[in-house]
Amino acid sequence: MPLDGSEVWLVTGHDLVRRMLADPRWSSSVEGGLSEDQPLHLKQPEPGMFIEMDGSEHARYRRMLTARFTVQRTNRLRPRIEQIVAERLDAMERLPRPVDLVAEFALPVPSLVICELLGMPYEDRAEFQEAARAFVRLDSPAEEIEAAMARLIGHLAKLIAAKRAEPDDALIGELVREGVLTDGELVQISMLLLVAGHETTANMIGLGTLLLLQHPDQLALVREGAPGAADELLRYLSIVDVVMFRGAKEDLTLGGQRIRAGEFGLASLGAANRDPALCEDPDRLDVTRPKTAHVALGFGPHQCLGQNLARLELEVAFQALLRRFPGLRAAVPLEEVPVRENSAIHGVHSLPVTW
Amino acid sequence: MVSAVDVPEETSAGAPVEIAVNRESCCGAGQCALAAPAVFTQSEEDGLVLLLDPNPPAELRDAVRRAQSHCPSRSITIR
Repeated sequence: MPLDGSEVWLVTGHDLVRRMLADPRWSSSVEGGLSEDQPLHLKQPEPGMFIEMDGSEHARYRRMLTARFTVQRTNRLRPRIEQIVAERLDAMERLPRPVDLVAEFALPVPSLVICELLGMPYEDRAEFQEAARAFVRLDSPAEEIEAAMARLIGHLAKLIAAKRAEPDDALIGELVREGVLTDGELVQISMLLLVAGHETTANMIGLGTLLLLQHPDQLALVREGAPGAADELLRYLSIVDVVMFRGAKEDLTLGGQRIRAGEFGLASLGAANRDPALCEDPDRLDVTRPKTAHVALGFGPHQCLGQNLARLELEVAFQALLRRFPGLRAAVPLEEVPVRENSAIHGVHSLPVTW
Repeated sequence: MVSAVDVPEETSAGAPVEIAVNRESCCGAGQCALAAPAVFTQSEEDGLVLLLDPNPPAELRDAVRRAQSHCPSRSITIR
Protein backbone atom coordinates (compact mmCIF):
# COMPACT_ATOMS: atom_id res chain seq x y z
CA MET A 1 0.00 0.00 0.00
CA PRO A 2 2.61 2.65 0.78
CA LEU A 3 4.30 3.93 -2.34
CA ASP A 4 7.75 2.91 -1.14
CA GLY A 5 6.85 -0.72 -1.87
CA SER A 6 7.00 -1.95 1.73
CA GLU A 7 4.26 -3.81 3.57
CA VAL A 8 2.03 -2.12 6.12
CA TRP A 9 -1.20 -2.95 7.91
CA LEU A 10 -3.97 -1.11 6.09
CA VAL A 11 -6.71 -0.17 8.55
CA THR A 12 -10.05 0.69 6.95
CA GLY A 13 -13.02 0.20 9.29
CA HIS A 14 -14.33 3.24 11.16
CA ASP A 15 -14.09 1.64 14.58
CA LEU A 16 -10.61 0.19 13.95
CA VAL A 17 -9.27 3.46 12.53
CA ARG A 18 -10.47 5.33 15.60
CA ARG A 19 -9.04 2.69 17.92
CA MET A 20 -5.69 2.81 16.17
CA LEU A 21 -5.43 6.59 16.12
CA ALA A 22 -6.38 6.85 19.81
CA ASP A 23 -3.96 4.08 20.88
CA PRO A 24 -0.70 5.36 22.43
CA ARG A 25 1.08 2.15 21.41
CA TRP A 26 1.10 3.46 17.83
CA SER A 27 3.79 6.11 17.33
CA SER A 28 3.42 9.19 15.12
CA SER A 29 7.19 9.60 14.83
CA VAL A 30 7.07 8.15 11.34
CA GLU A 31 8.41 9.51 8.09
CA GLY A 32 8.36 8.42 4.44
CA GLY A 33 6.13 5.91 2.74
CA LEU A 34 4.93 8.29 0.06
CA SER A 35 7.62 7.66 -2.52
CA GLU A 36 10.13 4.98 -3.46
CA ASP A 37 13.12 7.06 -2.50
CA GLN A 38 11.92 7.54 1.07
CA PRO A 39 10.98 4.27 2.74
CA LEU A 40 8.84 4.28 5.87
CA HIS A 41 10.93 4.62 8.99
CA LEU A 42 10.76 5.88 12.54
CA LYS A 43 12.37 9.27 13.05
CA GLN A 44 13.42 11.60 15.81
CA PRO A 45 11.21 14.67 15.34
CA GLU A 46 12.76 18.14 15.23
CA PRO A 47 12.01 20.09 18.43
CA GLY A 48 8.65 21.81 17.89
CA MET A 49 7.40 19.52 15.09
CA PHE A 50 4.75 18.14 17.42
CA ILE A 51 2.65 16.40 14.76
CA GLU A 52 5.42 13.77 14.76
CA MET A 53 5.61 13.42 18.55
CA ASP A 54 3.89 11.09 20.98
CA GLY A 55 2.46 11.30 24.48
CA SER A 56 3.53 14.03 26.87
CA GLU A 57 6.08 15.49 24.46
CA HIS A 58 3.30 16.08 21.92
CA ALA A 59 0.87 17.35 24.56
CA ARG A 60 3.37 19.91 25.86
CA TYR A 61 3.51 21.71 22.51
CA ARG A 62 -0.12 21.23 21.54
CA ARG A 63 -1.27 22.73 24.83
CA MET A 64 0.60 25.93 24.10
CA LEU A 65 -1.75 26.34 21.14
CA THR A 66 -5.12 24.81 22.09
CA ALA A 67 -6.46 27.99 23.74
CA ARG A 68 -5.94 29.84 20.44
CA PHE A 69 -8.06 27.40 18.42
CA THR A 70 -11.08 26.83 20.66
CA VAL A 71 -14.63 26.96 19.33
CA GLN A 72 -15.27 30.30 21.09
CA ARG A 73 -12.02 31.93 20.05
CA THR A 74 -12.43 30.79 16.46
CA ASN A 75 -15.98 32.10 16.32
CA ARG A 76 -14.68 35.54 17.20
CA LEU A 77 -12.80 35.47 13.88
CA ARG A 78 -16.03 35.13 11.91
CA PRO A 79 -16.46 38.82 10.97
CA ARG A 80 -12.86 39.03 9.76
CA ILE A 81 -13.17 35.80 7.76
CA GLU A 82 -16.41 37.06 6.22
CA GLN A 83 -14.60 40.23 5.23
CA ILE A 84 -11.67 38.35 3.67
CA VAL A 85 -14.09 36.14 1.73
CA ALA A 86 -16.15 39.13 0.54
CA GLU A 87 -13.01 40.92 -0.67
CA ARG A 88 -11.92 37.89 -2.68
CA LEU A 89 -15.39 37.63 -4.21
CA ASP A 90 -15.25 41.35 -5.11
CA ALA A 91 -11.90 40.74 -6.80
CA MET A 92 -13.32 37.74 -8.68
CA GLU A 93 -16.22 39.82 -9.94
CA ARG A 94 -13.86 42.31 -11.51
CA LEU A 95 -11.96 39.65 -13.50
CA PRO A 96 -12.77 38.58 -17.05
CA ARG A 97 -14.57 35.24 -17.08
CA PRO A 98 -13.89 32.37 -16.84
CA VAL A 99 -12.09 32.72 -13.52
CA ASP A 100 -9.93 30.03 -11.92
CA LEU A 101 -11.67 29.46 -8.60
CA VAL A 102 -8.58 27.79 -7.11
CA ALA A 103 -6.16 30.65 -7.83
CA GLU A 104 -8.62 33.45 -7.07
CA PHE A 105 -10.61 32.08 -4.13
CA ALA A 106 -9.90 28.57 -2.80
CA LEU A 107 -6.20 29.19 -2.13
CA PRO A 108 -6.16 32.93 -1.23
CA VAL A 109 -8.89 32.69 1.44
CA PRO A 110 -7.16 30.18 3.77
CA SER A 111 -3.79 31.67 2.90
CA LEU A 112 -4.90 35.14 4.02
CA VAL A 113 -6.54 33.73 7.14
CA ILE A 114 -3.59 31.65 8.34
CA CYS A 115 -1.02 34.36 7.51
CA GLU A 116 -3.00 36.93 9.48
CA LEU A 117 -3.61 34.55 12.39
CA LEU A 118 0.08 33.69 12.67
CA GLY A 119 1.29 37.19 11.86
CA MET A 120 3.13 36.10 8.70
CA PRO A 121 3.31 38.55 5.77
CA TYR A 122 0.85 37.56 3.04
CA GLU A 123 3.35 38.98 0.52
CA ASP A 124 5.46 35.88 1.26
CA ARG A 125 2.63 33.51 0.39
CA ALA A 126 4.30 32.15 -2.76
CA GLU A 127 7.04 30.73 -0.55
CA PHE A 128 4.57 29.09 1.88
CA GLN A 129 2.28 27.81 -0.84
CA GLU A 130 5.11 26.33 -2.88
CA ALA A 131 6.62 24.55 0.11
CA ALA A 132 3.22 23.26 1.23
CA ARG A 133 2.57 21.87 -2.25
CA ALA A 134 5.98 20.20 -2.41
CA PHE A 135 5.37 18.42 0.92
CA VAL A 136 2.16 16.79 -0.23
CA ARG A 137 3.12 15.96 -3.81
CA LEU A 138 3.73 12.27 -4.12
CA ASP A 139 6.10 12.70 -7.05
CA SER A 140 8.36 15.28 -5.41
CA PRO A 141 11.85 13.81 -5.19
CA ALA A 142 13.13 13.75 -1.61
CA GLU A 143 15.80 16.35 -2.51
CA GLU A 144 13.14 18.72 -3.81
CA ILE A 145 11.14 18.46 -0.60
CA GLU A 146 14.27 18.98 1.44
CA ALA A 147 15.21 22.02 -0.64
CA ALA A 148 11.72 23.52 -0.31
CA MET A 149 11.80 22.87 3.41
CA ALA A 150 15.27 24.39 3.78
CA ARG A 151 14.15 27.55 1.94
CA LEU A 152 11.05 27.83 4.07
CA ILE A 153 13.02 27.25 7.29
CA GLY A 154 15.49 29.98 6.29
CA HIS A 155 12.66 32.34 5.54
CA LEU A 156 10.80 31.60 8.77
CA ALA A 157 14.00 31.99 10.80
CA LYS A 158 14.31 35.55 9.47
CA LEU A 159 10.66 36.28 10.27
CA ILE A 160 11.05 34.96 13.80
CA ALA A 161 14.16 37.05 14.35
CA ALA A 162 12.09 40.07 13.31
CA LYS A 163 9.37 39.07 15.80
CA ARG A 164 11.97 38.76 18.56
CA ALA A 165 13.01 42.34 17.84
CA GLU A 166 9.42 43.56 17.62
CA PRO A 167 6.79 41.06 18.80
CA ASP A 168 3.24 41.71 17.55
CA ASP A 169 -0.12 40.43 18.86
CA ALA A 170 -0.55 37.62 16.35
CA LEU A 171 0.02 34.00 17.32
CA ILE A 172 3.75 33.71 16.66
CA GLY A 173 4.43 37.11 18.24
CA GLU A 174 2.57 36.00 21.36
CA LEU A 175 4.58 32.77 21.54
CA VAL A 176 7.79 34.79 21.17
CA ARG A 177 6.71 37.07 24.01
CA GLU A 178 5.87 34.12 26.25
CA GLY A 179 9.56 33.25 25.99
CA VAL A 180 9.24 29.48 26.44
CA LEU A 181 10.15 28.27 22.95
CA THR A 182 13.49 28.43 21.16
CA ASP A 183 13.82 29.98 17.71
CA GLY A 184 14.18 26.49 16.24
CA GLU A 185 10.93 25.33 17.88
CA LEU A 186 9.13 28.47 16.69
CA VAL A 187 10.30 27.83 13.12
CA GLN A 188 9.00 24.25 13.19
CA ILE A 189 5.66 25.24 14.75
CA SER A 190 5.20 28.08 12.24
CA MET A 191 6.01 25.74 9.38
CA LEU A 192 3.55 23.13 10.63
CA LEU A 193 0.70 25.62 11.06
CA LEU A 194 1.38 27.30 7.72
CA VAL A 195 1.44 24.07 5.74
CA ALA A 196 -1.58 22.66 7.59
CA GLY A 197 -3.48 25.90 7.07
CA HIS A 198 -2.78 26.04 3.35
CA GLU A 199 -3.11 22.65 1.79
CA THR A 200 -6.20 21.41 3.57
CA THR A 201 -8.80 24.15 3.52
CA ALA A 202 -7.77 25.31 0.03
CA ASN A 203 -8.31 21.83 -1.40
CA MET A 204 -11.59 21.45 0.46
CA ILE A 205 -12.91 24.67 -1.09
CA GLY A 206 -11.74 23.73 -4.61
CA LEU A 207 -12.82 20.10 -4.60
CA GLY A 208 -15.92 20.88 -2.52
CA THR A 209 -17.12 23.42 -5.07
CA LEU A 210 -16.61 20.91 -7.87
CA LEU A 211 -18.58 18.31 -5.90
CA LEU A 212 -21.43 20.74 -5.26
CA LEU A 213 -21.57 21.67 -8.94
CA GLN A 214 -22.08 17.95 -9.60
CA HIS A 215 -24.91 17.87 -7.01
CA PRO A 216 -27.14 20.92 -7.65
CA ASP A 217 -29.70 19.88 -5.02
CA GLN A 218 -26.95 19.78 -2.37
CA LEU A 219 -25.52 23.04 -3.67
CA ALA A 220 -28.89 24.72 -3.13
CA LEU A 221 -29.01 23.43 0.46
CA VAL A 222 -25.51 24.76 1.17
CA ARG A 223 -26.46 28.15 -0.27
CA GLU A 224 -29.47 28.20 2.06
CA GLY A 225 -27.11 27.63 4.99
CA ALA A 226 -27.36 23.90 5.85
CA PRO A 227 -25.51 23.93 9.19
CA GLY A 228 -23.83 20.54 8.82
CA ALA A 229 -22.52 21.09 5.31
CA ALA A 230 -18.86 21.58 6.20
CA ASP A 231 -18.66 18.33 8.18
CA GLU A 232 -20.51 16.35 5.52
CA LEU A 233 -18.21 17.68 2.79
CA LEU A 234 -15.20 16.84 4.96
CA ARG A 235 -16.52 13.32 5.48
CA TYR A 236 -17.53 12.69 1.90
CA LEU A 237 -14.35 14.03 0.29
CA SER A 238 -11.84 12.84 2.94
CA ILE A 239 -9.13 14.83 1.15
CA VAL A 240 -6.52 13.57 3.61
CA ASP A 241 -6.90 9.87 2.99
CA VAL A 242 -4.03 7.41 2.93
CA VAL A 243 -1.22 9.34 4.64
CA MET A 244 -1.88 8.51 8.29
CA PHE A 245 1.07 6.23 8.99
CA ARG A 246 1.80 4.98 12.48
CA GLY A 247 4.52 2.68 13.84
CA ALA A 248 3.75 -0.02 16.41
CA LYS A 249 5.89 0.62 19.51
CA GLU A 250 5.03 -2.77 21.00
CA ASP A 251 3.25 -5.97 20.01
CA LEU A 252 -0.48 -5.38 19.85
CA THR A 253 -3.72 -6.78 18.47
CA LEU A 254 -6.05 -4.80 16.22
CA GLY A 255 -9.14 -6.24 14.61
CA GLY A 256 -7.99 -9.73 15.59
CA GLN A 257 -4.63 -9.28 13.84
CA ARG A 258 -1.39 -9.67 15.73
CA ILE A 259 0.84 -6.69 14.97
CA ARG A 260 4.50 -6.80 15.96
CA ALA A 261 6.55 -3.97 17.39
CA GLY A 262 8.36 -2.23 14.54
CA GLU A 263 5.62 -2.86 11.97
CA PHE A 264 3.77 0.03 10.38
CA GLY A 265 0.08 0.75 9.94
CA LEU A 266 -1.80 3.06 7.64
CA ALA A 267 -5.22 4.36 8.67
CA SER A 268 -7.44 5.06 5.66
CA LEU A 269 -9.58 7.98 6.76
CA GLY A 270 -11.50 7.84 3.48
CA ALA A 271 -12.45 4.19 3.93
CA ALA A 272 -13.42 4.81 7.56
CA ASN A 273 -15.63 7.69 6.47
CA ARG A 274 -17.48 5.48 3.97
CA ASP A 275 -18.00 2.66 6.47
CA PRO A 276 -21.72 1.77 6.70
CA ALA A 277 -21.21 1.47 10.47
CA LEU A 278 -20.56 5.23 10.59
CA CYS A 279 -23.76 6.42 8.97
CA GLU A 280 -26.57 5.32 6.73
CA ASP A 281 -25.83 5.26 3.01
CA PRO A 282 -22.27 6.57 3.42
CA ASP A 283 -21.66 6.92 -0.34
CA ARG A 284 -24.43 9.49 -0.59
CA LEU A 285 -23.62 13.17 -0.11
CA ASP A 286 -26.24 14.57 2.25
CA VAL A 287 -25.47 17.98 3.73
CA THR A 288 -28.55 17.75 5.95
CA ARG A 289 -27.19 14.70 7.79
CA PRO A 290 -26.72 15.11 11.53
CA LYS A 291 -23.00 15.51 12.27
CA THR A 292 -21.32 12.12 12.06
CA ALA A 293 -18.31 10.90 14.03
CA HIS A 294 -16.27 11.12 10.83
CA VAL A 295 -12.48 11.00 10.96
CA ALA A 296 -11.69 13.43 8.13
CA LEU A 297 -9.88 15.59 10.69
CA GLY A 298 -8.15 12.59 12.20
CA PHE A 299 -8.80 11.05 15.59
CA GLY A 300 -6.92 10.68 18.85
CA PRO A 301 -4.70 13.29 20.46
CA HIS A 302 -3.48 14.53 17.06
CA GLN A 303 -6.93 15.35 15.71
CA CYS A 304 -6.71 18.55 13.68
CA LEU A 305 -5.84 21.48 15.94
CA GLY A 306 -7.33 23.97 13.47
CA GLN A 307 -10.55 22.05 12.88
CA ASN A 308 -12.87 24.75 14.18
CA LEU A 309 -11.14 27.34 12.04
CA ALA A 310 -11.48 24.99 9.05
CA ARG A 311 -15.20 24.47 9.69
CA LEU A 312 -15.75 28.21 9.94
CA GLU A 313 -13.76 29.02 6.80
CA LEU A 314 -15.59 26.34 4.82
CA GLU A 315 -19.01 27.42 6.02
CA VAL A 316 -18.38 31.09 5.27
CA ALA A 317 -16.60 30.45 1.96
CA PHE A 318 -19.19 28.10 0.43
CA GLN A 319 -22.21 30.14 1.50
CA ALA A 320 -20.77 33.47 0.38
CA LEU A 321 -19.55 32.07 -2.94
CA LEU A 322 -22.88 30.47 -3.80
CA ARG A 323 -24.90 33.51 -2.70
CA ARG A 324 -22.71 35.96 -4.61
CA PHE A 325 -22.88 33.90 -7.81
CA PRO A 326 -26.23 32.09 -7.89
CA GLY A 327 -25.50 31.03 -11.46
CA LEU A 328 -22.04 29.63 -10.65
CA ARG A 329 -21.05 26.89 -13.07
CA ALA A 330 -17.92 25.22 -14.39
CA ALA A 331 -16.57 26.79 -17.58
CA VAL A 332 -15.28 23.40 -18.78
CA PRO A 333 -16.95 19.97 -18.76
CA LEU A 334 -16.68 18.69 -15.18
CA GLU A 335 -14.73 15.62 -16.25
CA GLU A 336 -12.05 17.89 -17.74
CA VAL A 337 -11.30 19.67 -14.45
CA PRO A 338 -7.66 18.76 -13.67
CA VAL A 339 -7.66 16.62 -10.54
CA ARG A 340 -4.50 16.34 -8.43
CA GLU A 341 -3.40 12.78 -8.95
CA ASN A 342 0.07 12.95 -7.49
CA SER A 343 -0.79 14.44 -4.16
CA ALA A 344 -1.17 13.08 -0.65
CA ILE A 345 -4.13 15.46 -0.31
CA HIS A 346 -6.96 15.25 -2.83
CA GLY A 347 -7.90 18.39 -4.72
CA VAL A 348 -8.09 20.10 -8.11
CA HIS A 349 -5.26 22.02 -9.76
CA SER A 350 -7.68 24.57 -11.13
CA LEU A 351 -11.42 25.03 -11.51
CA PRO A 352 -12.45 27.44 -14.28
CA VAL A 353 -15.84 28.90 -13.39
CA THR A 354 -18.26 31.42 -14.78
CA TRP A 355 -21.67 32.74 -13.65
CA MET B 1 -29.40 0.48 11.17
CA VAL B 2 -27.88 0.71 14.64
CA SER B 3 -24.12 0.98 14.72
CA ALA B 4 -21.31 1.44 17.17
CA VAL B 5 -21.35 5.21 16.81
CA ASP B 6 -25.03 5.91 16.50
CA VAL B 7 -26.48 7.40 19.62
CA PRO B 8 -28.27 4.55 21.36
CA GLU B 9 -31.95 4.70 22.15
CA GLU B 10 -32.91 6.44 25.36
CA THR B 11 -32.60 3.90 28.14
CA SER B 12 -33.31 5.57 31.46
CA ALA B 13 -35.64 8.44 30.63
CA GLY B 14 -35.93 11.05 33.34
CA ALA B 15 -32.74 10.39 35.27
CA PRO B 16 -30.11 13.15 35.03
CA VAL B 17 -26.88 12.27 33.24
CA GLU B 18 -23.73 12.02 35.34
CA ILE B 19 -20.58 13.11 33.55
CA ALA B 20 -16.89 13.27 34.29
CA VAL B 21 -14.15 14.72 32.08
CA ASN B 22 -10.42 14.07 32.03
CA ARG B 23 -8.45 17.28 31.47
CA GLU B 24 -5.19 15.29 31.52
CA SER B 25 -6.02 13.45 28.32
CA CYS B 26 -8.11 16.22 26.69
CA CYS B 27 -6.55 17.56 23.47
CA GLY B 28 -8.76 20.63 23.12
CA ALA B 29 -10.40 19.70 19.82
CA GLY B 30 -13.69 21.25 20.93
CA GLN B 31 -15.95 18.48 19.63
CA CYS B 32 -17.82 18.34 22.95
CA ALA B 33 -18.46 22.09 22.93
CA LEU B 34 -19.93 21.71 19.44
CA ALA B 35 -22.08 18.71 20.33
CA ALA B 36 -23.41 19.86 23.72
CA PRO B 37 -22.58 23.53 24.34
CA ALA B 38 -24.83 23.69 27.41
CA VAL B 39 -22.71 21.03 29.09
CA PHE B 40 -19.15 21.46 27.80
CA THR B 41 -16.99 24.41 26.96
CA GLN B 42 -13.28 25.08 26.46
CA SER B 43 -11.20 27.04 28.93
CA GLU B 44 -10.04 30.44 27.67
CA GLU B 45 -6.76 29.77 29.49
CA ASP B 46 -5.69 26.44 28.06
CA GLY B 47 -8.38 25.43 25.55
CA LEU B 48 -9.10 22.20 27.42
CA VAL B 49 -12.54 20.94 28.42
CA LEU B 50 -14.54 22.56 31.19
CA LEU B 51 -17.68 20.95 32.48
CA LEU B 52 -20.47 23.51 32.72
CA ASP B 53 -22.97 21.02 34.07
CA PRO B 54 -21.86 17.67 35.55
CA ASN B 55 -25.51 16.53 35.94
CA PRO B 56 -27.38 17.74 32.87
CA PRO B 57 -31.07 16.95 32.52
CA ALA B 58 -32.17 13.78 30.72
CA GLU B 59 -33.15 15.68 27.56
CA LEU B 60 -29.47 16.43 26.95
CA ARG B 61 -28.52 12.77 27.16
CA ASP B 62 -28.33 12.30 23.38
CA ALA B 63 -26.19 15.42 22.93
CA VAL B 64 -23.87 14.29 25.72
CA ARG B 65 -23.54 10.83 24.18
CA ARG B 66 -22.69 12.46 20.87
CA ALA B 67 -20.04 14.57 22.60
CA GLN B 68 -18.61 11.43 24.14
CA SER B 69 -18.64 9.56 20.84
CA HIS B 70 -17.00 12.44 18.94
CA CYS B 71 -14.32 13.15 21.56
CA PRO B 72 -11.00 12.24 19.89
CA SER B 73 -9.11 11.76 23.15
CA ARG B 74 -11.90 9.76 24.84
CA SER B 75 -11.88 12.12 27.80
CA ILE B 76 -15.61 12.03 28.61
CA THR B 77 -17.15 9.43 30.91
CA ILE B 78 -20.89 9.02 31.36
CA ARG B 79 -21.80 7.19 34.53
